[in-house]
Amino acid sequence: MTAFLNHFRFEFRTGIRNRQLLFLNYMFPLLFYLMMGFIMVDINPMFLELLIPAMMVFAVMAAMLMGIPAFLVTAREEGIFRSYHINGVPPSSILSVLSLTTSIHMLIVGLIITLTARPLFNAPLPINWVHFIVVTVALMVAMVGISVLIGVVSPSTNFQVMISQIIFIPSMLVGGVMLPYEFLPEAAQALSRAFPPTHAMNAYKELAMGVSADFSAWGSVGVLFLGGILAFGLAIYLFNWDRRNEARRGHPSLAFIALLPWLASMLLS
Amino acid sequence: MSEPVIEVKHFRKLYDDFVAVDDISFEVHPGEIYGLLGPNGAGKTSTLESLEGLRAPDTGSLRVAGVDPSRDTRGLRNLIGVQLQTSGLPANITVDEAMKFFCAYHGVRPNIELINRLGLGEKHQTQYAELSTGQQRRLALALALAHEPQVLFLDEPTAGLDVGTRVELHSIMKEQKQRGATILLATHDMAEAEEISDRIGILLRGELVATGTPLEITATGAGLTKASVRTEQDCLGDDGAGFPAVESISVKDEYYIYFSTDIGPTVAAIIQFVESQGDRLIDLRVERPSLEDRFLEITTEGVAR
Repeated sequence: MTAFLNHFRFEFRTGIRNRQLLFLNYMFPLLFYLMMGFIMVDINPMFLELLIPAMMVFAVMAAMLMGIPAFLVTAREEGIFRSYHINGVPPSSILSVLSLTTSIHMLIVGLIITLTARPLFNAPLPINWVHFIVVTVALMVAMVGISVLIGVVSPSTNFQVMISQIIFIPSMLVGGVMLPYEFLPEAAQALSRAFPPTHAMNAYKELAMGVSADFSAWGSVGVLFLGGILAFGLAIYLFNWDRRNEARRGHPSLAFIALLPWLASMLLS
Repeated sequence: MSEPVIEVKHFRKLYDDFVAVDDISFEVHPGEIYGLLGPNGAGKTSTLESLEGLRAPDTGSLRVAGVDPSRDTRGLRNLIGVQLQTSGLPANITVDEAMKFFCAYHGVRPNIELINRLGLGEKHQTQYAELSTGQQRRLALALALAHEPQVLFLDEPTAGLDVGTRVELHSIMKEQKQRGATILLATHDMAEAEEISDRIGILLRGELVATGTPLEITATGAGLTKASVRTEQDCLGDDGAGFPAVESISVKDEYYIYFSTDIGPTVAAIIQFVESQGDRLIDLRVERPSLEDRFLEITTEGVAR
């Protein structure tokens, strides 16, 4: 436990000391939030209604999807995991400490967004705070799981960036952050349910903000938790210490199993 | 003899079609320092990393402190200390944090004194990325030693170190040996291997081509001992003057250098000859073949084969 706490303390400080992580965890989401608050609300006043959930989703998605996989791939390429391996740091600690510290950074960012959205932009606050927290946790679990899995199975930084973008860009376009789900064509709506932000926005709407959901809100919460936990479990199972790792327990293609909950969620109504 | 701490039996390691290590066997006993020598690509790092549990052998068996490193990596961690040839630490971790971090995972108190001994006393709060290469290697060494492991694996431990730190490292290695630790040392530095190793194994193209104490290894070569002589009036000719047992002669910096198969009669004859010429010896040095000479001989033979 002491080792885990020590590891946690160091990793949390790294999120602030490391300029790249500081940018991804704090600067980028908060600058985007301010930009959206000042510009987007003027263009589309309806956006204000869901400003807080949308910016929560964006912050978590950007920080985790861009920060965690890159951190993991770089650490592996630089031999940091080899040092961890020979000193008995288990993969579960490496991945959970990174996930927990990033989640805490995101909670801080979320708190800043929630506390400032009303005074700055007159954005409505959640009407059910417990549900708001539950959906936020579900969103973090989903994004952490997907992000660590990408980091674990990506053989190189280039590959990791490509996979992260394959998820990030469609999530931004059809995930309900920029464009409401109900404005999408039917085929695009089905496709958008394969992305975690769609489920997070859907659940936030009904459970936290008092707006009707587009499909089962609790179903979305379930998919977020299930998808995240499955991906995280696969990441621990497929963890590799270095590029030539011979102790990996399965082929990286097993990571495709993590898609199942998201594909199944396309059937939700 | 006591049970070996490190046991390598018919170990073979392949990377696709490339044979990195080919059927080698050796043992290292408690408290021994075993030097593994070889040119680049000879298989030293593959052997070390397999013993450390970072790689799995393709055939053969490995045991370290009674543990199979490819199967019980968790059991192995507190038994061994490792300084890898290529490894890293997070760029933002400070020297003290690194010590606390790894000691916590080994379940021991941080050994801050070791940081001071290895010349990092003023770097406690310095981040890893801001340390020089030599300082980074010293930190890696401190981390390998901090939990007082039963077996130490050191891969090129003195590469990039200054003379003072090198001497300090050798003294630490001798202390570790005295407390009963077994050390497997891979190095390119022949003088270091000769000075500090109890036994040596020379790897060439994945095969163990020579093994024994440094003296045994140097004695099994061509066995030519070198006598370097300089006189006041330069009476020695470069034809060897018929000195007994001389195989070849060279001249360098006013010294006549005789390579002899039986150094006693050679030196006696040289002294007698100088006196008989009314000359006077300024300098006479006798050197047995060094490990480096023997290493070059073995590797040259191996390459020519």
